[in-house]
Amino acid sequence: MSALLAIEELSLVFRTRHGTVRALEDVSLTVDRGEIVGVVGESGSGKSVMAYAALGLQDAAAQVLGGRILFGGLDMLNAAPDVLAATRGREVAMIFQSPRTALNPIRKVGQQIADVLLEHTTFRGAALRAQVIEALSRVRIPDPERRAEAYPFELSGGMCQRVMIAMALACSPALLIADEPTTGLDVTTQAVIMDLVREMSRTSRMSTLLITHDLGLAGEYCDRIAVMHAGHIVEIAPTVELLARPAHPYTRQLLASTPTPRTTIADLVSIPGQLPDLRQELPACRFSARCERHIPLCDERPLPWTVVAPGHAVRCRVPL
Amino acid sequence: MNTPRLEARHLTKRYPVGGRKGSLLHAVDDVDLVIQPGECVGLVGESGCGKSTLARLLARLIDPSEGTIHLDGHDTTALSQAAFVKSPDRARIQVVFQDPTESLNPSFRVYRSISDPITRLLGVEDTGELFDRVHRAADLVGLPRELIQRYPHQLSGGQRARVGIARAIAVEPSLLILDEPTSALDVSVQAVILRLLADLRERLGMSYLFVSHDLNVVRLLCTRIVVMYLGRVVEVAPTEQLFTAPRHPYTQALVAAIPDPARRDEQRPRLDGSPRSPIDPDPNTCRFHGRCPIGAERCTQEAPVLRTMGDDHVAACHFA
Repeated sequence: MSALLAIEELSLVFRTRHGTVRALEDVSLTVDRGEIVGVVGESGSGKSVMAYAALGLQDAAAQVLGGRILFGGLDMLNAAPDVLAATRGREVAMIFQSPRTALNPIRKVGQQIADVLLEHTTFRGAALRAQVIEALSRVRIPDPERRAEAYPFELSGGMCQRVMIAMALACSPALLIADEPTTGLDVTTQAVIMDLVREMSRTSRMSTLLITHDLGLAGEYCDRIAVMHAGHIVEIAPTVELLARPAHPYTRQLLASTPTPRTTIADLVSIPGQLPDLRQELPACRFSARCERHIPLCDERPLPWTVVAPGHAVRCRVPL
Repeated sequence: MNTPRLEARHLTKRYPVGGRKGSLLHAVDDVDLVIQPGECVGLVGESGCGKSTLARLLARLIDPSEGTIHLDGHDTTALSQAAFVKSPDRARIQVVFQDPTESLNPSFRVYRSISDPITRLLGVEDTGELFDRVHRAADLVGLPRELIQRYPHQLSGGQRARVGIARAIAVEPSLLILDEPTSALDVSVQAVILRLLADLRERLGMSYLFVSHDLNVVRLLCTRIVVMYLGRVVEVAPTEQLFTAPRHPYTQALVAAIPDPARRDEQRPRLDGSPRSPIDPDPNTCRFHGRCPIGAERCTQEAPVLRTMGDDHVAACHFA
């Protein structure tokens, strides 16, 4: 079976006044039907750039150097604009961080959901209205008839994010891309929203690409996790396997620096050094300057993938 | 019996509500809080629960509507907020704000950001002494000396966080209020800053009030945790006890909502809905009523008060 979303050897740079930023290099990732895949990394690792590229959305300064993105067989990087427009919102939908700014502040939330349905479906009139209410009740918004008439500022942050999800799911997309969907929400609200995303994936075989900086969150909700560092995917594995047996030195350090309900302050490890400047000439392994296991072989190109267990691959010459 | 570092009694802050004559928003309602010398107390709760207002009251950045605050035995509420700014007690309590990008003056070099409070609060004018104090503070937080002549935008997020801490400890406070000090940082940097804070407390003997929404982070530094809900303290307990045996249903929901890969297949209780309005709350109804899974009749007839649950552990629930 072929994957629903396949990002294949994608390399992307930004041409800026201050030089060429090598934002993504040789990035490959697949998402199967009904699967929740997490992309975890620190700020500047390229995780959001990759998510936007998967939707065929790139900044004007972005230039794709190589690779493909296939979504259900559609070449997202070369598709005609009208084909892309018909796909976005219908087949693949996205939810963003800070729902309040992603929603239109001067339109009622019900109208905003209706806009998506008007664009992509033939529902009109009373049937359209019924679909809007149905979309709101599916994300368990209490009293959906009344809430459809609310403006975003009248709703709490958690409620706005539910509206965003309702809008994203209105056309039953095959793929949901969620970019830090719960950052800025309370932990209790985060749990409710993420339970909802998981339930939608399970019941409607929707696939989800979850972009997050929070390894704990990805660890709880994802089937597989890809770890990004400085524009590279450095490791990818089933969640339980990744957390139990990280093979890349960066993954291990990221895990050790993330507080869990069992860590103590003495366990907490910081990662030495910082992300390399992506405008400079970069070594084959972009983690090498921060890595204690670095050997001369690490600088040889190309940097190969090593499969350490079924479904568990690491891009490191000296995996743990 | 030692004098507590900080002792707040019946601390209350109410705000008039625009357009609704006579209505009051109860931001902080009758809060008692004691912090011992060298102790680190955590303050948690969802956004809007009043934890930031409480932190600002304690730091005397705003005037309370009622109640008293004693700092090392001195009544800081005897002075108005305007007079307190000029009192010697101002230096005893300092705040490290949430986002160092926002809270540092962008047109001040690091040197001036750190020296400004030393001049204003300790009256140090002598250039040589000022230079020594700035460098001592920078050394304590591990800020390289060559960065002292830089502007905030020339620093990384972690370096800016160090400057925020350096300027707070430069005046040798006895109590440091940390308002979400790491929430804008990546985990690897957060780990460094948390370890720095733990180390500084040990070396300088300061007390901390650590305000955060991230329970995994609060856990690492604090020995005791205060949980707020809608302006009130609902539970106070030693850290481990709060996590293993929370008594208040709100605390139970909060602890259950912490993302935890180790419990990924467990069904956990979820807290849905939004809090009640903080405007003119019914004095005889529990603030958590309506969202609480217990929600008995008694909860609407008699607001629960804090009751002892064992050693150093109190909770405000009829059924705890």
